[in-house]
Amino acid sequence: MRERFLTGYNDFVLPFVCGMLFVLIYCLVGLVRIIMQLPPQDRKKFFISLVTPKTMIKNIKDIFLKCLIHVDLWKRNRLLGYMHSSIAFGWFMLILVGHIEVLLYTSHLGAKALYYPIFFRYFVAETESTMKGALIFFLMDFFLLVVLSGIALAIIKRVRSRFFGMRRTTNPSFLDLIGLYSLWSIFPLRLLAESFTADISGGSFLTKSLNYVFTEFLSNHANMLPAWWAYSCALGIFFFVLPFTRYMHIPTEILLIPLRNAGIRIVNARKGFAKAQVYSCPSCGLCIDACPMGVLKGNLKDTTVYLNRQIRRNNEARIEEISDKCLLCGKCTAVCPVGVEGDKLRIAQRSMRRYNFGPDYSNISAKEEIARCNKFVNSENSNVSSAVNEKVLYFAGCMTALTPVIMKTTGSILEKAGVDYTVMDRDGGICCGRPMLMAGRFAQARQLVEKNTEIILGSGAGTLLLSCPICYKIFREKYSLPGIKIVHHTEYFERLIREGRLKVHRDGTRYVFHDPCELGRGCGIYEPPRNVISCAGELVEAAKNRKESICCGGSLGSLTLGFDKRKAMTENAVSNLTAASPDRIVTACPLCLNTFSRYSDRPVEDIAQVLDRNSSPADITGNNKRQKTIS
Amino acid sequence: MDFGFKISPSSAINLDKVDLGKFEELHKAEPDVYKCMACGSCSSTCPASRFSGMSVRKVILDLQRGREKEAVALMRNCMLCGKCTMVCPRGINTRHLILSICRIYMEDGK
Repeated sequence: MRERFLTGYNDFVLPFVCGMLFVLIYCLVGLVRIIMQLPPQDRKKFFISLVTPKTMIKNIKDIFLKCLIHVDLWKRNRLLGYMHSSIAFGWFMLILVGHIEVLLYTSHLGAKALYYPIFFRYFVAETESTMKGALIFFLMDFFLLVVLSGIALAIIKRVRSRFFGMRRTTNPSFLDLIGLYSLWSIFPLRLLAESFTADISGGSFLTKSLNYVFTEFLSNHANMLPAWWAYSCALGIFFFVLPFTRYMHIPTEILLIPLRNAGIRIVNARKGFAKAQVYSCPSCGLCIDACPMGVLKGNLKDTTVYLNRQIRRNNEARIEEISDKCLLCGKCTAVCPVGVEGDKLRIAQRSMRRYNFGPDYSNISAKEEIARCNKFVNSENSNVSSAVNEKVLYFAGCMTALTPVIMKTTGSILEKAGVDYTVMDRDGGICCGRPMLMAGRFAQARQLVEKNTEIILGSGAGTLLLSCPICYKIFREKYSLPGIKIVHHTEYFERLIREGRLKVHRDGTRYVFHDPCELGRGCGIYEPPRNVISCAGELVEAAKNRKESICCGGSLGSLTLGFDKRKAMTENAVSNLTAASPDRIVTACPLCLNTFSRYSDRPVEDIAQVLDRNSSPADITGNNKRQKTIS
Repeated sequence: MDFGFKISPSSAINLDKVDLGKFEELHKAEPDVYKCMACGSCSSTCPASRFSGMSVRKVILDLQRGREKEAVALMRNCMLCGKCTMVCPRGINTRHLILSICRIYMEDGK
């Protein structure tokens, strides 16, 4: 390779160089701002994690797998995964191989290093020795082809998103469209420009062959310059609009991954980590199809992707509206390929609202509450061995008070199994604090947590049993109860069956299990309820289950959505559950039970009801019988 | 009722001294507040009624009568658990109503 021009410069590189410098400066300023906005202890944590070998390796691995290969998208949808990784990885390889090329064939670069790797083919001519670099020529053409195939898929996706299994896709903003079209045109223009020069600078299967075609009717080399100008302009436009479009996710995600790996959480809805998340949103629109509110068309613009867009635009009225409406089911977080936590963003946003006054619970006497619950049923029961004889404190929760059948059947099961238990809130107790937390009133939620902690620690129980997943989540995350095991009733029932303390008889009823948001996505409990139901009858699965389960629509997360507006969501969730035509719908959340019962066409039950109907006390004296009940 | 004409000017005298400005503001934010028919479903499910006598029904009636101080005192132990919303036969979003009251009214009931 020899250089064609003495100066190694042509005016056409200017749009690209200006655009690139602009993006680099913008990202650098943004990076410093986000890091400065982090709380001091988080900032320290972040810097330490950057030099810890373990997180360093994890960061590099995650950036490679997520930003370039898009593994999460591959797992979800192969076509979508290929489209994204072909563009991202292909482009990355073009830049990388371009740099290698420049390093191999030229020396004394200076300022030329800014644009040589991109426009290399314009500035050099092939010599006899060049064919040694045939592999590099091939690689450049190969990756260009890979990117072009991705772009072709992207164009198809824009026209027919259903082809990719997506029902709805994001409505792009004006600047997004400019970014999109310039991105689409970059690579065909590159192909055109490189093909024009392929007879001078060399090329491989793609550019060389096209060059033969072009020379048939365009033999004058003066024609190549407009193609290079167009290529540079496309790059320049893309870089200039990039900070104001969804493509900002490309540089931001590289920051988001190390921040997340450092264990940083959202504190302020607009600053620091939250800002990194908002700018990392690629507007892919996966959350639109995931959102349970999407059954009503009017709610489509209240999904996480639009929240991120409005936060970037500082549209306060819409931000408030979107964050108050959400049911906080967490499905958008579960499906998000870059890990934007839509639910946490909204809670943080809600916590920014100022109220003139708030509840105060200092008047509630914990001692009285302890006295109310501290009556264990059979502490002196000598039939039960001491290991079995643990003291269980059953906290039914506010929602269970509306579905007393859960409390009744749970009590009945505990008695059958000979558990020494007492109910903490038989006549209504203190709320766990999760609804308060979801409304963004952290100080009041903390007070409730402290009151309950005092009562639970004072009761002398060894296990805290919960039948409401909403309570379960906050008890696991925000309470510190040393020496007390916190279990959800599904886990506890599974244990009772496994230990042979309950005799379960199986019948032919077909059950479908609805994963409550807070139990499944919130706490990751998927297997225990399924194991329990399998012991009592035949378990069938819903069309969308586990991580993708659809919220019943009754969630307390939403502040503004009235119950009259939730019917369509509940009906949609029911039709999802009844895909395999089960006889009964089973759930493990009093709120889901309540909501489904209103609109379901078949009986809805809590898991405690199912187990209570199909179980009887185990014969504790005969050890061999225990084995039987499990199978 | 405005028919566009009147037979005689209104001669009604309003002797009510209550300043309902705040309540109007609340009504603007929560149009549903007038839907309440005081059935008391919310009161019977409220876990806070045991502590501060909380009842959304009473709070709404008190605010309408200008007894803000009493209403705020009732709300002292509200835990925002949302049961009142779920049982409301009129479909009033009581949770949001409570939050709006906290936003509009003052601690001392003014």
